[in-house]
Amino acid sequence: MPDPVDARLDRLRGRANPRRHNARTISALATNPGCARRALMDASGADKNLIAEHTGYKAPFGQSNFAIIRGNAFESQVKENGAAPLLGLLRDHLRLPIEEAGYHDFNEALGNDANEVRYARTRQVLTSADKNQGTLFDHPLLRLKIAGRHAYLEPDLIAFQLHGQFHIVEIKSFSVIDGQADPAKVAAAAIQSAVYVHALRDLLGGDPEQVHHQTVLVAPENFSSRPVVTGIDVRKQLTVISRQLARIGRIDELLEKFPEDLTFDLDPAPGADAAPRRDPDDLLSAVRQVEASYAPECLSTCELCYLCRDEARGTTAALGKTVRDDFGGIEFVASALNLARGSAPAPDREEVAAQLRHGSALRTEILGETL
Amino acid sequence: MVVSTEVAAARAKAATEAILADLKTAPRGVVVDSPPGAGKSTLVVRAAAELADAGERVIVIAQTNEQVDDLAVRLAVAHPEMEIGRLSAQAYARPERLMPHENVRHETNPADLEERPAVIGTAAKWATVSDAGKWPWAIVDEAYQMRSDLLLRVAGLFAKALFVGDPGQLDPFSTVETQRWTGLSWDPMSSAVEVMLAHNADVVPVHALPVSWRLPASAAPVVSRAFYPFTPFTSATDAGERKLRWTAASLARTPADDALELAAEAGWALYQLPHRHTLRTDREAVAACAELAARALRRGGVAESENGAASVTPERIAIGTAHRDQAAAVRAALASLGVSGVTVDTANRLQGREFELVIVLHPLSGRQDATAFHLETGRLCVLTSRHRQACVVVAREGIPELLDRHPSVEPVHLNVPVKFPDGWEAHQSLLAHLSQFAIRA
Amino acid sequence: MTMLTSLARALAAERGRAELIRTVRHVHLSPRPLVFIPLELAGEANGPLAALVGDDPEKPHLLTISEPRNRTQRFAWAADLAAIVLPYIDSFADADIGEDEAYQDAPQLLVPNPGGLGFTRLLGRSTRFRRTQGEYAVPESVPLLGRWLTFFAERSEVPASSLILSMTDALTAHWATGQSAMEDGHLAALLAWIDPPAGMTGAEAALAAEDPGKWPPAGPATHPDFDNDVLEGRVRAVRSAADAGDEGGLNRAQAGFAAALRSQLEPTWSLMWQGVELLRGLREADYLGKRWERDRWSFSGHVRRLADDGAPQARRDNAVRAAQRLSSLERDQQFIDVQAAFEDPLVMAEQRMSGEAFAGSAVEVLADRTDDTGKRTVPRPWVTIATADGVLIEVGKKVKVVRATGTRQDAIVRIVEPGDEAGAERGVGTTAVTVELTSGMGRKKTPEPGGVPAVGEFLIATTLTGDFQPSPKWPEKEETPWTHGGPPPEYVPNDEDAGEAWS
Repeated sequence: MPDPVDARLDRLRGRANPRRHNARTISALATNPGCARRALMDASGADKNLIAEHTGYKAPFGQSNFAIIRGNAFESQVKENGAAPLLGLLRDHLRLPIEEAGYHDFNEALGNDANEVRYARTRQVLTSADKNQGTLFDHPLLRLKIAGRHAYLEPDLIAFQLHGQFHIVEIKSFSVIDGQADPAKVAAAAIQSAVYVHALRDLLGGDPEQVHHQTVLVAPENFSSRPVVTGIDVRKQLTVISRQLARIGRIDELLEKFPEDLTFDLDPAPGADAAPRRDPDDLLSAVRQVEASYAPECLSTCELCYLCRDEARGTTAALGKTVRDDFGGIEFVASALNLARGSAPAPDREEVAAQLRHGSALRTEILGETL
Repeated sequence: MVVSTEVAAARAKAATEAILADLKTAPRGVVVDSPPGAGKSTLVVRAAAELADAGERVIVIAQTNEQVDDLAVRLAVAHPEMEIGRLSAQAYARPERLMPHENVRHETNPADLEERPAVIGTAAKWATVSDAGKWPWAIVDEAYQMRSDLLLRVAGLFAKALFVGDPGQLDPFSTVETQRWTGLSWDPMSSAVEVMLAHNADVVPVHALPVSWRLPASAAPVVSRAFYPFTPFTSATDAGERKLRWTAASLARTPADDALELAAEAGWALYQLPHRHTLRTDREAVAACAELAARALRRGGVAESENGAASVTPERIAIGTAHRDQAAAVRAALASLGVSGVTVDTANRLQGREFELVIVLHPLSGRQDATAFHLETGRLCVLTSRHRQACVVVAREGIPELLDRHPSVEPVHLNVPVKFPDGWEAHQSLLAHLSQFAIRA
Repeated sequence: MTMLTSLARALAAERGRAELIRTVRHVHLSPRPLVFIPLELAGEANGPLAALVGDDPEKPHLLTISEPRNRTQRFAWAADLAAIVLPYIDSFADADIGEDEAYQDAPQLLVPNPGGLGFTRLLGRSTRFRRTQGEYAVPESVPLLGRWLTFFAERSEVPASSLILSMTDALTAHWATGQSAMEDGHLAALLAWIDPPAGMTGAEAALAAEDPGKWPPAGPATHPDFDNDVLEGRVRAVRSAADAGDEGGLNRAQAGFAAALRSQLEPTWSLMWQGVELLRGLREADYLGKRWERDRWSFSGHVRRLADDGAPQARRDNAVRAAQRLSSLERDQQFIDVQAAFEDPLVMAEQRMSGEAFAGSAVEVLADRTDDTGKRTVPRPWVTIATADGVLIEVGKKVKVVRATGTRQDAIVRIVEPGDEAGAERGVGTTAVTVELTSGMGRKKTPEPGGVPAVGEFLIATTLTGDFQPSPKWPEKEETPWTHGGPPPEYVPNDEDAGEAWS
């Protein structure tokens, strides 16, 4: 019997296939947990990019092929020859006492089998692996249940096992220069690693200590392509992931607030191009039924940002969190300016009104013009 | 877990003996983590005396003049026969409480005090000392609040050191924002202990004092769990050994009375105002803090403890806030209620102090977002660990929801050890506890 | 930045145009700055792609690398850049000065945004350790360029320095737009608010500025669509022509490559000079002379260091250097915080909003009051100021009182009498603060004429007094104590540095 929540999410998404979750999108759940619009989109697997484009708010995101090529090249380089260079680094820098290690590539045996099969094989091999032999596992397939559906995580990671404990290894192509790397990129890598730690613990069942909270980041050193390894403790990120997964598990509470027939369906045309046929205004009003929690930070993290930004014009939130904070709860720019000009405040707005009047008086005193 | 005073004393003693034993053998020194009210000053005094007795001249480095004088008095009282030096700046005026202690001599030049077995001064003053040779030992007080660049300026004065401080309180900071040294083991913006341990962890043992003499049985487990997850501590007193009684009834009962009574009974109360987004100088919240203090005074509180009973006078009450303008607003509110003598200050300025009753304006009250400043663990820890009897937290409703929707997008720096507890977690832990003692305003 | 800046943003949003948040310019602007707009290859750590550079708005120099992953070409590109940057710098160091003199002027680099500062820093890092001879030799000028770029990048961290400026930072320091700070990071959108084209509001112009077709990103990152739709093809064309040994085809392919990059750089070039003009339009703050003097000294010092030919700047600061630098940065920050407030009423206004300063009229003056407890009798007048500003200053705190003439005198807060609460609510309540003047009155028993304010005079009192501590003492590097890891090893230039791959 199909789960009623799943059915509702399917209806919400419409006819399109659900956007597949990966470690990056799961990590992104933490960027704006308070946004109902985003939560429903992510839970139902709706394509935010297509929705944004079809409603006339094409998002500014994209990835350069140069970056992709470089990333792939670095990853292959690290993994060549059974990942011998990587092993050396793990030995020297992390002082892992491995003289030699086995290398198991899941892709060799499985090739293009279905996800369920690959997952099952991964599970079988990892749970029965020899605890005494260090082994690098390449291309394992993990999975997590997100809002009722399995998300298969196909990480470009190598899970490494030593003495019964696994360490997640994450290969990234941003550089570590003199021991420092872009903190935003490291944060993204850390939370993605945490997703894999979580998923691997899930797969192995039993004692979570089997997967260590110290993960390994492999990245190019300085300006070269030589890899360097750094340990990253992801305990905090693990609690964040658990929290977000639990939240998504309670998506039914959020769904209840909306009518049963609400849908973001695009009504794709038959045929290969599947052009959306739904009236854009209709789609827009459907999207707007679900409240968003817009902040300028969305401009770098969510494909719906232009849509929500347009909606938020005239609000203090659109000007930024610190600005909104300075206005102590006043939602609209126009209201704030009215109060600054001396209009009578509601009883609970007296202090902020006084401050605004004071600010206005100072500007008048100094610039000579009234507000 | 609650432990009776005698057992607590025994545990504290055992911990102290272990520390003092390590002082004799450690090649570079010892670190002691001292949770709130754990007897840090007692340890400093004891260690200074032991080192002096063993013929090892010692300097004591404290962070403020007030702390220096406090330690000088305590050492002088405990050891009237010991010749103590008080290193001071030109402008120093000997405070009254030091007057009677003839064994304490203050000078501006360390050379004039060099023969004395123990010399106490502020880090800032010690940093100006040059050509003074080396002392065998230093005791660095509040070492977790001292910035490591200040340690760099004084470390040349001693060969070994005892670092004592509270890792759960506020970290040192700078107004300059830069990532230039982040990840370096000698990051000048890190604390003195962090940097010293980054280079000497294999030879410097870390001890923890196990008992809080300040926090009552109702508070120690809560504070320990929220802010000291890896170094738990217990209260020195049992449930029931500390009691707050209200001797006068109130003429017209209000929710503030309910809160005070609950606080007296359970050691905690959460005084909840309706949910609203406000400026941080939220007039209603500020007024509530002042009203609670005023009412507490009118109702004649008596604090009973293992030391006897005493009236809760204004000096025994404090109101803690996150921001200076909030503190100023509370002071103004108190003045308009005709109340004086109550301490009102920010967490930064309340560090190291203790009171019978503490009222806290919750750092997240009325906010739409939590920032790193407001989530900072040390801030909440200081505010909720000043009290010997009870703590009342004033907050608008809506904080759990705020925490729930808080985005986790903090940057991560390579080679920087992760600090626990996480501010978010600490806030959750405390709020979960407080929600059991909620009173609607 | 306080509610005052937020209020300015709200106003800007309403008026459709950016609002000034400063009455004077707080950054030095050279009459002949060098504009530097770098572009880097996606996915590389500081892999240069192209740059537009020049000190004349009519004469931009385009420097490109047609095979962006080619190491030799990278160093050749760096040498080309050096051929423009080094003579520019040298033009400021051509006079003969003594050891205790500074050059009359100094170079100034302008980059579009903080990313440009980061690029400069990394380019300096990737070039300053190179050798000009031996196995991994690079062109002669390259390591020198690296040391200069590193110098500029380090100066960008000094609060008072204007040797290198990020245009978005310089503009947002003086104007508040009606959009968020995040959106201000896009130079085209920022300028759209400050100087919208005729017939458009700031918001409309900013929206138009988000079209990467018209306004490509100011870099160093290129737009991914440009990379995928245009650049990839041009790079491939160059590669295949080079592989085929087709000289004519190679020239054409390289020209096509350069044209594509020029299209991504030229719009930003015009924006940069537009920004320069807008900043020039602001009156200079008086203390800029002092600030630029520090920059000139710093520049002169570096010229001398290079002449002595020491080692390039270290990769990371050692413990002593780090602590010295932090102390220096903090004192620098304090210097400008104080000076900026004294010279710009809008900056002082921010302190007045946060309660650290207050201003108002003198309502009572006890001019004859003296203090005879010391050796001499000294004048200690009391002045009571009625202010509508919030006052967060405690009794006993030292303040600086600023007179209407600009003169500053030291004072101590003696009494703070808040107005009644009801009055404060309506915005008419005033606090009466009584301060005791302790300086600026001459050396006699009675104050010199003008030494004491008159009743009715407008006065400002601030807690940012700028009383500087003397520069702290630090141990020698060789004396780094055990707490900080002991003395660091000496830097010895080695093959690894010279040979360090640049891809």
